[in-house]
Amino acid sequence: MATGIKDKVAIIGMGCTKFGERWNDGAEELMIEAFQECLEDAGIERKDIQAAWLGNCFDEASIGKSALPVSMSLRLPNISVTRVENYCASGTEAFRGAVYAVASGACDIALAIGVEKLKDIGYGGLPEFSSLMGVVNQLWMANMTAPGAFAMLATGYAAKYGLEIDEVRKALAHISAKSHANGALNPKAHLRKAVTEDQVLNAPQVAYPLGLFDCCGVSDGSACAIVTTPEIARSLGKKDIVSVKALQLSLSNGTEFAYDWDGAHFITTSKASTAAYQEAGITDPRNEISMMEVHDCFSITELVTLEDLHISGRGQAPRDVMDGFYDLDGGVPCQVDGGLKCFGHPIGASGLRMLYEMYLQFHGRAGERQLKNPKIGLTHNLGGFPFMNVCSIAIVGKYGE
Amino acid sequence: MIGITSFGGYIPRYRLSRETIVRNMAWYSPVIMAIADGEKSVANWDEDAVSMAVAAARDCMAGRDKRNLDGVILASTTLPFTDRLNAGIVAAALNMKEDGVSNVDFTSCIKAGTTAAISALESIETGRRNNILVVASDQRRTKMATTSEMFFGDGAAALLFGTNDIIAEFMGSHSVNCDFIDHYRGAGREFDYGWEERWQRDEGYGKIIPRAIGGFLQKTGMKIADFNKVIYPCYFKGTHRGIAGKLGVKTEQIQDTMHSVCGDTGTAHPFVMLISALEEAKPGDRLLLASFGQGCDVMAFEVTDGITGFECPNGIKGSLANRSELTSYQRYSKFRDLIAADLGIRGEANPDSALTILWRKRKMLLGLVGVKCRKCGTPQFPPMPVCVNPDCWTSGEFDEYEFADKKAEILMFTGDMLAASVDPPAIYGLIGYDGGGRTMLDFTDCDLDQIAVGMEVAMSFRKRYFDKERGFTGYFWKAVPQVRGGDI
Repeated sequence: MATGIKDKVAIIGMGCTKFGERWNDGAEELMIEAFQECLEDAGIERKDIQAAWLGNCFDEASIGKSALPVSMSLRLPNISVTRVENYCASGTEAFRGAVYAVASGACDIALAIGVEKLKDIGYGGLPEFSSLMGVVNQLWMANMTAPGAFAMLATGYAAKYGLEIDEVRKALAHISAKSHANGALNPKAHLRKAVTEDQVLNAPQVAYPLGLFDCCGVSDGSACAIVTTPEIARSLGKKDIVSVKALQLSLSNGTEFAYDWDGAHFITTSKASTAAYQEAGITDPRNEISMMEVHDCFSITELVTLEDLHISGRGQAPRDVMDGFYDLDGGVPCQVDGGLKCFGHPIGASGLRMLYEMYLQFHGRAGERQLKNPKIGLTHNLGGFPFMNVCSIAIVGKYGE
Repeated sequence: MIGITSFGGYIPRYRLSRETIVRNMAWYSPVIMAIADGEKSVANWDEDAVSMAVAAARDCMAGRDKRNLDGVILASTTLPFTDRLNAGIVAAALNMKEDGVSNVDFTSCIKAGTTAAISALESIETGRRNNILVVASDQRRTKMATTSEMFFGDGAAALLFGTNDIIAEFMGSHSVNCDFIDHYRGAGREFDYGWEERWQRDEGYGKIIPRAIGGFLQKTGMKIADFNKVIYPCYFKGTHRGIAGKLGVKTEQIQDTMHSVCGDTGTAHPFVMLISALEEAKPGDRLLLASFGQGCDVMAFEVTDGITGFECPNGIKGSLANRSELTSYQRYSKFRDLIAADLGIRGEANPDSALTILWRKRKMLLGLVGVKCRKCGTPQFPPMPVCVNPDCWTSGEFDEYEFADKKAEILMFTGDMLAASVDPPAIYGLIGYDGGGRTMLDFTDCDLDQIAVGMEVAMSFRKRYFDKERGFTGYFWKAVPQVRGGDI
C-alpha cells in the first residue's frame, strides 16, 4: 500500500535567478546563477549531489536535446542527469524526479533544476507550436497559440454560469492587478510595476476576451532545489526544515477534447488537487492552505483553477476574487511572489520558482511580501491547453507540523 | 434516358462590390469604370478550386448515396496540383469508395466543365458506368485594376449524371474545337495573359458561340425557339446581347450571365448558369447550354417531372443568398496574396507534411471521418485506438463515422491576435456535434463580433496551409458559424 510522499523528503537549498529579458545570458548562465545560490544555501558541495533532473520544455528553441546542457553548464561530476519535459509542469516534474529518487533511497542528495531561455526566438510569446505539436496534429489542429487556447475558457466559463463576458473580465482584471501589486514587491520578478484594474481592462486585446495584462510575461529564468531526507537535513544542521507534503500529477486522456466537458474547469486540476490533499492529509483546503502559487499563465487560468483546487466553490471564484480573498492580505494569498504574471514563464523553471517562494516564506526570507507564519503552501502548474493538459501540484510545509 | 440527376452549387459568401475596386484602383486604370456595376464573389483566403469543388459536390450529393458513385471528374484551370489527382482530393473529402471508381481532372481550358460533362454522359450512354459526378470550379488570380479583376468571380458547381431519377434529360451535344487564344496562362504562371478585348469579343465569343450553336441546331434539326432558355457565358455585355441577336434568341430566352451577382466563375460558369436556370425551370422546359474556350461545347437538356420537389441544400440560389460584403479592397488583396503584409517571425514556421500520415490517416484528414464505438455508441474524433468515453474505454471496436454533414454548435471560442494568420484574429474554438462528438477547429467565413457560444456551425473543407517552400497545399475541415448577413 502506497504511503505517499509526505515528510519523506526535505528541501535544504534553493536558488532562483532574476527573471526577465536576459538578453545577454544564455541557459548556461541562468542555470549556474540559480545553482550557485542553491548550493550556497544548502551548504553542501557539488560533489555531494548524486543525481540531477533538468526541467526544460522548448529545447528545440534553446538548449537542445538531453540533459547534457545542464551537466556541462554546472560541471556536474559525471552523475546521472535526466532531462524531463511535460509542458508547463516540466519544472515540477524535475522536482518530482529528485524527490522520488531520495524517497526511494536510491540516493541521498539530489538536484532539481529548471531553465528556459525563451528570448532567443525573435518574437513575442512562446515559440510557435505548429512544428512542435507532433507530425499528425500539425496537419489538422487549429491555428492556436497559448493565449487563444486559454482565452476560450473565459467564453466557456461565462456561458456555463450565465455571466456577461464583462463580468468575468472584471474578476480577471482584479486577478492581474493583485499579482502586479505582489510582483512590485519582489526584486526577482520581471515586471515590477503595479497596474490598476482599469489599465487591465483597457489594454489591447491579445485573444478575445483577454487583453495584454491578462497574459503573463515571457521571460528567461532558472530555478533549482536540492533535496535530501529529513534525517540527513538534520545531520547537516538544518533547522525549520521544509518538507514535501504531496506531489501529484494528472494528465488529460482526451475526455475534454473529444467527449464531454463544460469548458469551464480543469478536470485534471480537480483530480490532482483532491489526490494531493489526501496525500498531505488536508481536509479543509480553504482554511488549511496558507499561500499558493498557481499557474496564472493567463488570468482566466487562475480564476478557474481556484475552483478546481476546491478553495472557491463552483461559480464562486469571481466573487472570492472580488472580495480580496486571494489578495496578499486575504484568506489564501495567491501569487504571493507576483506569479507567472510578473515573473513571466520560462517554462522549465516556473514550477521550481513557485516552490522557491514557498521556501522563502517558510524561512521568513520573503522581504516585503512576508506572510505571517505560513504553514502550508501549494504550487500548481497547468501545461498544454485547457482541453488537453498536464497538471502538477506540489504541497510543501514545515517538517513535522 | 440519361441526364442530370442532381445538382449543387457553391458561391463563396464574400462579395466585392465593383465600386469598391473602382474607388481603390481606377486612378491606375480608369477603363475599369466602364464595368463598375454589381459585385463579384470572392473566395476566402482559405479557399481554392479544390475546396470550392468539395463544397459544390457535397451540396450535390446531400442526402444521396455516395456508394453508388462511379467516379468524380473535376474541371478547373486553377488546380493546386499539377501532378496529384485533384479530383482524388475531392473524392477523399467526400469519403467516396476507392475501388471500382474512376476519377479524373479535366483542365487547361475554361470549357473543360462541359467537355467533362459530355464525356461523362457518353460514358454513361455505353452502359458501363452510371452516376458520375462532374464538378467545375475556378479561383482565378487576377492582377489589380484589370478588367479580369472586374469580371471574374469565384465559384463551383456540380452536376450528377446518371440514368435514375433524372431531373433534366440530356438531348445531345455538339462541339467546336479550335485554337483561338483570347487569353492563356503559361505553365507555372499566376495570371492570364489576354489579347485585345475587341478581338476577343468580335472574333472569339461573337463568332465561335453562334457557330457551335448553329452547328448543334443543324445537326439535331432543332430550332432556337424550341428552347426556354439559352445559356452561355460571355462577360462582355454587348457581345452577349449580340450573340442572342445573331441566333434569334428572344430577350426572355436569354439566361442572365450573373455579372452583377457573382461575375464569371471560369470553368464553373456554364454550370453555375445552367443550375440557376434549373432552379427556376418547370417540367418540359428545354435548356440550351454553351461554353467557351478554345472552341465551344453545346449541350441540350429537357427538364423532367423530376424537377418538381427536387431539392439541394444550397444550390446557386442559396449560395448567392448567403452573402456578406467584403468592404475592404485591402482585405481582398490580402486574401489573394496580391500585397505583401508581414506575417511576423511566428508565421515562418514551415513544417513539412508527412505524406505517410496523409495516406495512413486520409479518411480522418480529408474526409473528417471519425469513429463510433460499437460498445457505447459514442461518436469521436480524432479516431484513436481506445474509446474516449471514460465509462467505456473499449479497445478497437469501432465503425467509421462521418462528421462532415453533422450540425454542431460553438461550445467555446476565441479570436487570437497572436497566431500568425492571413486574416487576423485567428478565430477557433471547441464545437460539439449533434449526436455526440466534439473537436477543436479553426473557424472561417466569420468575424469575431458575429459569433457567440451556442451558435450553429457547419463543416467546410478548406485549405489549411500552403507550403511555399515545397508547393504543397494542405487541407482540413473548418467550422463555419451560420452567420447570416453582416458585411465585413
